[in-house]
Amino acid sequence: MEIRNAVAGTLESGDIMVQIAPAETEGLHIDLDSSVAAQFGKQIRRVIEETLTGLGVENAQVKAVDKGALDCTIRARVTAAAVRATGKDVWK
Amino acid sequence: MERLRRTMMFVPGNNPGMMQDAFIYGPDCIMLDLEDSVTMAEKDAARLLVYNALKTIDYGDTEMVVRINPLNTPYGKKDVEAVVKAGVDVVRMPKTETADEVRELEAEILKVEEELGCVGRTRIMAAIESALGIVNAYEIATASERMMGIALGAEDYTANLKTPRSKSGEELRLARETIVVAARAAGICCFDTVFSNLDDMETFRNEVEFIKTLGFDGKSIINPRQIEIVNEVFAPSQKDIDKARKIVAAIKEAQAKGSGVIAVNGKMVDKPVVIRAERVIQLAIASGIISEEEL
Amino acid sequence: MSTLKDRAAAISAQAGKMGKTVYQETQEAKNGMFRRDYQKENGKVVTLEEAIRRSGLKDGMTISFHHHFRGGDKVVNMVVAKLAEMGFKNLHLAASSLSDVHAPLIEHIKSGVITKITTSGLRGELANEISHGLMDEPVEFRSHGGRGSAIATGEIHIDVAFLGASSCDPAGNASGYSRSENAKSICGSLGYALPDAQYADKVVIITDDLVAYPNTPNAISERNVDYVVVVDSVGDSSKISSGAIRDSKNPRDILLAQNAAKVIINGGYFKEGFSIQTGTGGASLAAVKYIRESMIERGIHASYALGGITAHMVKMHEEGLIGRLIDVQSFDKVAAESLKNDAFHKEVSANEYASADEPGSATHFLDMVILSALEVDVNFNVNVLVGSDGIIRGAIGGHPDTAADSALSIIVCPLLRGRIPCVVDEVTTLITPGSTVDVVVTEYGIAVNPRRPELAERLRAAGLRIVDIHDLRDRARKAIGTPEPLPFGDKVVGVVMNREGSVQDVIMNIVD
Repeated sequence: MEIRNAVAGTLESGDIMVQIAPAETEGLHIDLDSSVAAQFGKQIRRVIEETLTGLGVENAQVKAVDKGALDCTIRARVTAAAVRATGKDVWK
Repeated sequence: MERLRRTMMFVPGNNPGMMQDAFIYGPDCIMLDLEDSVTMAEKDAARLLVYNALKTIDYGDTEMVVRINPLNTPYGKKDVEAVVKAGVDVVRMPKTETADEVRELEAEILKVEEELGCVGRTRIMAAIESALGIVNAYEIATASERMMGIALGAEDYTANLKTPRSKSGEELRLARETIVVAARAAGICCFDTVFSNLDDMETFRNEVEFIKTLGFDGKSIINPRQIEIVNEVFAPSQKDIDKARKIVAAIKEAQAKGSGVIAVNGKMVDKPVVIRAERVIQLAIASGIISEEEL
Repeated sequence: MSTLKDRAAAISAQAGKMGKTVYQETQEAKNGMFRRDYQKENGKVVTLEEAIRRSGLKDGMTISFHHHFRGGDKVVNMVVAKLAEMGFKNLHLAASSLSDVHAPLIEHIKSGVITKITTSGLRGELANEISHGLMDEPVEFRSHGGRGSAIATGEIHIDVAFLGASSCDPAGNASGYSRSENAKSICGSLGYALPDAQYADKVVIITDDLVAYPNTPNAISERNVDYVVVVDSVGDSSKISSGAIRDSKNPRDILLAQNAAKVIINGGYFKEGFSIQTGTGGASLAAVKYIRESMIERGIHASYALGGITAHMVKMHEEGLIGRLIDVQSFDKVAAESLKNDAFHKEVSANEYASADEPGSATHFLDMVILSALEVDVNFNVNVLVGSDGIIRGAIGGHPDTAADSALSIIVCPLLRGRIPCVVDEVTTLITPGSTVDVVVTEYGIAVNPRRPELAERLRAAGLRIVDIHDLRDRARKAIGTPEPLPFGDKVVGVVMNREGSVQDVIMNIVD
């Protein structure tokens, strides 16, 4: 899938900022910066991966700056960034 | 019994922190906003945020409302699709002027519900924010079986009237009374507009007292600090509660006897009095003045 | 035998009997200096280096400090730098608390100047390094009351105390406030320094405002002081305390405050003559506002307010709602000013504040206390010291002391801080035992310790929503998922001492 640079989310508390860019090599490359990385780093990465894979994005460079977002917020922000990056909306 | 709707708290749809916290302040309804509080550039992101929040966050018994963008914008129909799929209780249409607009929204909702197999799940409320909307208030209120309520949006309305907003709210008199009367005639709920000066809680309280007297079910609020005041104003007096308890006791007694006639102190009680008594008890419980066990 | 000369033999005989010498009149001329000038020459004033030298400090000994200058403190870094320069090694640093500003200690630990620390708290880079295993010996953490006891009993023996003071005279009368025009660094009460002043072998006062004798009323008496050192500045005034009261507008803080106030008002102890301690968190300060309104409405007066005193408490005292203020630490300038000027605002030592073995300590007669928490667990145990990432980031303070002694202890904390849960299965580190914690107030409901059924009954009767603490934990877990276990190593980096002297918990090192 064709991917442009795109970003969604903010750096407010409880939010996550997700940047998506074309991948230089195959696969999803996630660079996560989180205040709760020790306890939730794996979980956050998993949500990002699952969301992107679900949208058919399999190769991308992802930079996420997390400010303690819940999973539902992460899913929303990753989806928004992916929709902006691919130009393919999830709604009809 | 119809649920209590004393407070409808507005929460910006692109602010995850506020959406997470909204429940804890105990508003009767939460309105997640996709319209005025969200910039054009963020409409898509806010829609996804609201969708995921509704699907995931435990809002308990709180009635969940989403204010969508008007259907004639590029966002409105996608908003409907997203929030109906997320299982929202009520879709709130902004700037409603005619009954046809309500019917158009109803058709959009139905399309999504049919796809999901849950026809009739979603209710509608309409915000009336113009002179034309006020003129058509009753038609709007009765435009669909799904109508839950109508609400006044005073900012756009006064701009449309070509008058500024005042502290006394004189300019809103006709609109408020029209909305209450239309809602009651249609058998649905009605909500007053927001009050945005958080530093003037006294005027806010006066306004809530006033709109309660007019007959509104509740007030739109923009900050959790306003909830306690609205609930205080809507809390029934001890005298009203005592009276209502006697009536409720009489109802039970009549039911036990299998009698259709309800009497207190030898006098027959009319149906409207019974309905009012039930609402007083409901408010008293919600206000924490009496407990359910006590009854 | 009418003259002195006549009695000389008798005097001599009497002296012999008593084993004393016979008085000989001095030949020296009397010093005729104006005494304001004389005191400058003849006082205890020396340089820091001189004070250290004369104190007899040796390698391996214990030095102590207080933390009344909070984030603005310059004394600890200044003294330890001097000790390093003078070549001291293997010193034990016994501070009442340490904070972000003490990061320079890391170097002194690495170079062996400091090899042991006892404190109430640690923050910032120093705490981070220690959590990762910087020191060979674990840091000993004590509550304020626990430290007071340990000093009084000799468990912590202080060889030399270096105590910063906002004013001091050449004889050593010192205070946390000043009546001079040159006052620079005002902190109010010196309560945490008083045990050190009383029990240390040698006491060095370090001040940036040397005033004329007599600097009374004072916190520390010249009787307990050996040397006075004058420096340019003991603290950064802007970081010692805030000036104005800022009421929180954060709706979550306000909600927590309202709920805490409802617990106070309906818990059964809100009656004429009650006593109370509150903290300085946004919710705690906001709660005071609602408590005040209720006191006025019902005509109830408090006998005393205790603890870290804030402007809110001072205001209520001045309004006649609170009889006395008992102040171990003044949290803002208004409190410091009141302590200076009001005889009913009393400065107390850490022992008189909160020691378990001090019969008259103020916590023994405390009815209610509002406390904060980093974590509470389903057994009502509280952690205020170690973050949920396993890194030390707080201070024990008077938390376990007030919780244990009060009739009603109330913990106020949000259920979630971002994605960090505050109600958990088991606290990361045990600071305040659940047996001493009565009520936990969160934004999702109030939990009452099952040990206090009568309390739950009273609160329920008042219409408060009482929930099971397990439900709070479940709610948090549902919202955020289950955190991964922390990567602890097997080295003990901290020991938590119970206020009565037993070992209550250990803190393991964290591995990245």
